[in-house]
Amino acid sequence: MRKTLAVLCSLTFALSISGCAGKQKKILETEESQVKLRSIQSRVFDTADRNLMLRTVIATLQDLGFVIDDADDTLGTVSATKLKRYVLRVTVSARPRGDRQMIVRCNAQYNLQTVEDPEPYQQFFTSLSKALFLEAQQLE
Amino acid sequence: MLLPKALRVSLIISFLSFSLGACQHRIPKDALGLSPESLRDRQLQSRIFETNDEKMLLTASAALLQDLGFTIDESEVALGLIHSARERDVTDKGEVVGKVILGVLLGAPPTWDTRQRVVASVVTKPIDEKRIAVRVTFQHMVWNNQNQVTKLEQINDPEIYQEFFAKLSKSVFLTAHEI
Repeated sequence: MRKTLAVLCSLTFALSISGCAGKQKKILETEESQVKLRSIQSRVFDTADRNLMLRTVIATLQDLGFVIDDADDTLGTVSATKLKRYVLRVTVSARPRGDRQMIVRCNAQYNLQTVEDPEPYQQFFTSLSKALFLEAQQLE
Repeated sequence: MLLPKALRVSLIISFLSFSLGACQHRIPKDALGLSPESLRDRQLQSRIFETNDEKMLLTASAALLQDLGFTIDESEVALGLIHSARERDVTDKGEVVGKVILGVLLGAPPTWDTRQRVVASVVTKPIDEKRIAVRVTFQHMVWNNQNQVTKLEQINDPEIYQEFFAKLSKSVFLTAHEI
């Protein structure tokens, strides 16, 4: 009887520890490979005006039904939330590449999941290109 | 052949939770695409002011949001943004009485709305050297007495936007033009 109890106790302890480790591992877990995800989420634009880029990102997100939560001109980021019976959160960043180009990256979270499907990002960049009158190029 | 009742109920519940869970995981196809209502919403939410003083417009907007009981959470003048929120008790006594009676009749725990959080975000964007567009967007979340979210949406009531811009015009002594 005592033996069974000891086995049960150690089993419970082991399971609770492994559960803990599992959740901590999830903090940095992604499903797609980093390189693939970066290419899905990023585009290059032929402009050097980051302020204009960020302002256009804000206007585009508003057109898409987002409310802008936060923006930082120094860091070059914009965060926004869309509520439509679901919660969609995005962060868009813009950083210069060379003197004439800008890399724009958008990452989205739908309810409690990272969006890893290419199509929504494609739609976002199509809308952004239209607003900028510039073509979005794939990241090489 | 009939399954025990408990087993049937648990099967139905697990099937329902599975199917609902499956729905939640997929992002709707148009979530990041322009909708047919985009242009209408933009017109509803924007006004153009004949000024080149963006800081003055942002200051007036911040003051107006404070007048309306919002607290400013974030702002970035370099990008023309103010983000604010307001939380209020929305318990309606009539609704509570109705829901309690209904709950007793149906034998289910009654639920009613108790709390609302409204988020307002003001964005200014220079159009040319003499004009600046101001766009405000509101969204709200409502919770019930069980702390469950019952509403999660953008507010698209034209009156709210008209009232906001009428007050903003007054506070900046400028006429706001519709786009």
